[in-house]
Amino acid sequence: MRRIGIDVGGTNTDAVLIDNGEVLRAVKAPTSEDVTGGIIAALSALRAAPAGQGDVDSVMIGTTHFVNAIVQRRSLSPVGALRIGDPVSGSLMPFCDWPGDLAQIARGGVWSVGGGHEYDGRPILPLDEDAVREAAIQMRDQGLTAIAIASIFSPIDADHEQRAAFIISDEIPDAVITLSSDLGRIGLLERENVALLNAALSGLAIQTINAFEAALHQGGINAPLYITQNDGTVVEAATAIRFPVYSFASGATNSMRGAAYLSSIDDAIVVDVGGTTTDVGQLVSGFPRESNTVVEIGGVRTLFRMPELLSFGLGGGSHVCLDPLQVGPLSVGYQLIHDGLIFGGSQLTATDIAVAHGLLDLGNAELLRSINAGTQSAVLAECERLLEEAIDRVKTRAGDTPLIAVGGGAFLVPDQLRGVSDLHRVVHGDCANAVGAAIAQVSGEVDQIFRDLSRTEAIEQATKLATLRALEAGAAEDTLTTIETEDMPLSYLPGNSLRVRVRRVGDVTGS
Amino acid sequence: MSETQELSLDDIESLAVGAWILGTGGGGSPYLGLLNMRQLYAAGHRVRLISPANLDATDTIAVVSNQGAPLVGQERLTDSRNVARAVSLMEEITGVQFQAIMSLEIGGGNAIQPLMAAAHLDRPVVDADCMGRAYPEAQMTSFAVGDLKPYPLTSIDPRGVESVVYKVPTWKWMERVSRKICTEYGSVAATCKAPRSGAEIKRWAIPYTTTKAIEIGSAVRNAQQLHHDPIEAILHVEPGKRLYSGKVTDVERRTTEGFLRGQVTLEGLDDSRGIPMQISFQNEWIVAWQDGTPRVTSPDLICVLNTDSGEAIGTETIRYGQRVSVIALPPPEVFLSVRGLELVGPSAFGYDIPYTSVFAS
Repeated sequence: MRRIGIDVGGTNTDAVLIDNGEVLRAVKAPTSEDVTGGIIAALSALRAAPAGQGDVDSVMIGTTHFVNAIVQRRSLSPVGALRIGDPVSGSLMPFCDWPGDLAQIARGGVWSVGGGHEYDGRPILPLDEDAVREAAIQMRDQGLTAIAIASIFSPIDADHEQRAAFIISDEIPDAVITLSSDLGRIGLLERENVALLNAALSGLAIQTINAFEAALHQGGINAPLYITQNDGTVVEAATAIRFPVYSFASGATNSMRGAAYLSSIDDAIVVDVGGTTTDVGQLVSGFPRESNTVVEIGGVRTLFRMPELLSFGLGGGSHVCLDPLQVGPLSVGYQLIHDGLIFGGSQLTATDIAVAHGLLDLGNAELLRSINAGTQSAVLAECERLLEEAIDRVKTRAGDTPLIAVGGGAFLVPDQLRGVSDLHRVVHGDCANAVGAAIAQVSGEVDQIFRDLSRTEAIEQATKLATLRALEAGAAEDTLTTIETEDMPLSYLPGNSLRVRVRRVGDVTGS
Repeated sequence: MSETQELSLDDIESLAVGAWILGTGGGGSPYLGLLNMRQLYAAGHRVRLISPANLDATDTIAVVSNQGAPLVGQERLTDSRNVARAVSLMEEITGVQFQAIMSLEIGGGNAIQPLMAAAHLDRPVVDADCMGRAYPEAQMTSFAVGDLKPYPLTSIDPRGVESVVYKVPTWKWMERVSRKICTEYGSVAATCKAPRSGAEIKRWAIPYTTTKAIEIGSAVRNAQQLHHDPIEAILHVEPGKRLYSGKVTDVERRTTEGFLRGQVTLEGLDDSRGIPMQISFQNEWIVAWQDGTPRVTSPDLICVLNTDSGEAIGTETIRYGQRVSVIALPPPEVFLSVRGLELVGPSAFGYDIPYTSVFAS
């Protein structure tokens, strides 16, 4: 099995070629404005040496392009939003809690029709199909093709969303429709917000992923393209085109997955120290632990499959202030090579301290003679304190944990940390993200309420459903494993109501 | 009826933060109510607050709350028109006209319910409630302590289903029957409780809890902005006590009879290192233990707060690893009577222990 993994970051596009689990070649190229230029450059650098040539079975790409589009409010399509549930939830319509500037761009129009379900699967009202058709005609007349549909309790029963999508497709044949039930969890506004964001990105997704395909073609690579997801798995390009929101956090996720792979450790905390920030996350069975709470993206509250990450302002470029002692959160970032003391600049940075202390050989250490040993130790102790605090916050169990340090600023992580049993540094740690992309698997997830079943029966049923979904996503059945099971009893509901989440993953079929 | 004071939207933003803290772990997040209020204020509606002292003895006051499962409330979103309709229906069946509207429960989302009704119906909101916090059942109120008449009750589903519980002999019966109606609606209902006279409010309501919630919320929001310690900020405006600060090391939950019960374990940090603390909950935080001994119990308010932000953490959302500070706030006087402790003391939640307060002098 030969795979290429590519991670398109804000600054660099990293690419690796992996053959039977071994990293044969790793390269970096600057990310280009149009994204594809950087991919083409990285691919040609990868293929330039003999080790990087030959056929590949598949290409996995991770990109922050879509989340950046939301944060920067660019390349977004106006969305026709259909809410199903009228007259229930009628005072809080789609976009009601969005930041004004983003809503202005993304709100094509809002329609509300009768329908939706109760938590126990009873319909709130039958779906008002005439009203759906009327809404579809108005959307068409306004030229809207990016459509998002959210129905009350659609994670319990998606029938009304699916039926409405059918009617809208009938009236607007070129509509690109996002169903909230395909994306989110229980929590109408947050799930609907995910669907709205996804619909707003639908034009950009088609354009970007087609450009990826073209870049591969141009690079002479004839292999299926997969896109990496927030949970550390991949989907085929054709599926990824429909769900751009699922790649929002793929950069951090791929780093964590890559760290697990390169260290052969599946349960650990990962610290990814960059130039400006450090991301800390927890690996559970080789995957990042998922967030159970609301995650804001570009100021929009969402609740869906996202990794739980703690980010704080510590990196190689962090400003160091000596009186009072403070490291970060300000950073010189990519300007380190101009502003850092070792490069003749005037800003004392964490990298300068590391060089002075002999942790790293970079720039001109002669320029650091004024920094005495006591100062060096004090600054490094402060970095240690920040890291220990963050690691402790991310832990979900008491006791010491293994730690994997990756990223360009990993030299700031000391060998001994409180709460850490053993520290692992890995070869190719600076390309952990591209490695994480290359080794990604596919998954199936269920998050649903089960009634009047024992806990065991409910988990069994959820596992069956998750298996089905993983197989649909292209997993090889004999490689499937459950990586997450969680159950939560619910209050004030009759019967024995239990909310169960199960996630299963497996290798991509045929690779 | 006289003097009222208009609430600004900023007051209501603070109310939402403070009410969540007074929710003592339950009561549901006030976020969706707050969204409703932002829209109503944007549309030009305004809400006025009236002190219970300024009510006439002969005034009639509507007491409102949203009933149901928090999870259902995340999909069937609170709609300001439903609670307004519950109040209007009560006027239709009783023939009275309400002079003001009041919250059943200042803790959690129900703090905002009277404001929503008031915005639509243009009546003032009484600066009071009858729990002083959140409690899980209808009989856990100061009105039940006063043995006030528990009926009638109106209950609204926006599909045009409107129910009246005309008569029940006890508050416990009201809880049973109204809960059944709520379940049939889909486990969410906007309700208007038994109308109260101005005299009853003056005698039995817990006064000034709306302004209390606004003050707490405002203290937390200011501290957040200035990067001050939000916990200290709360204790500056409330005569509370800091009990513990630590990290959640275990959460155990189960549902029985429709209630979320369980226990969290905290491991101490800073001044609290050493003996771990356990807090038992039934929807709300009920007993905090150390060394197997109750340190504080309901009706003292046990508030578990995010140490960094000062915002409340609910019993449904608390999880391993969170940094929390536990504070106690003094209970309303009315619950310290024999009858009060019967209704909301530890025994009402199945604990065979005496009421333990950190405020006993």
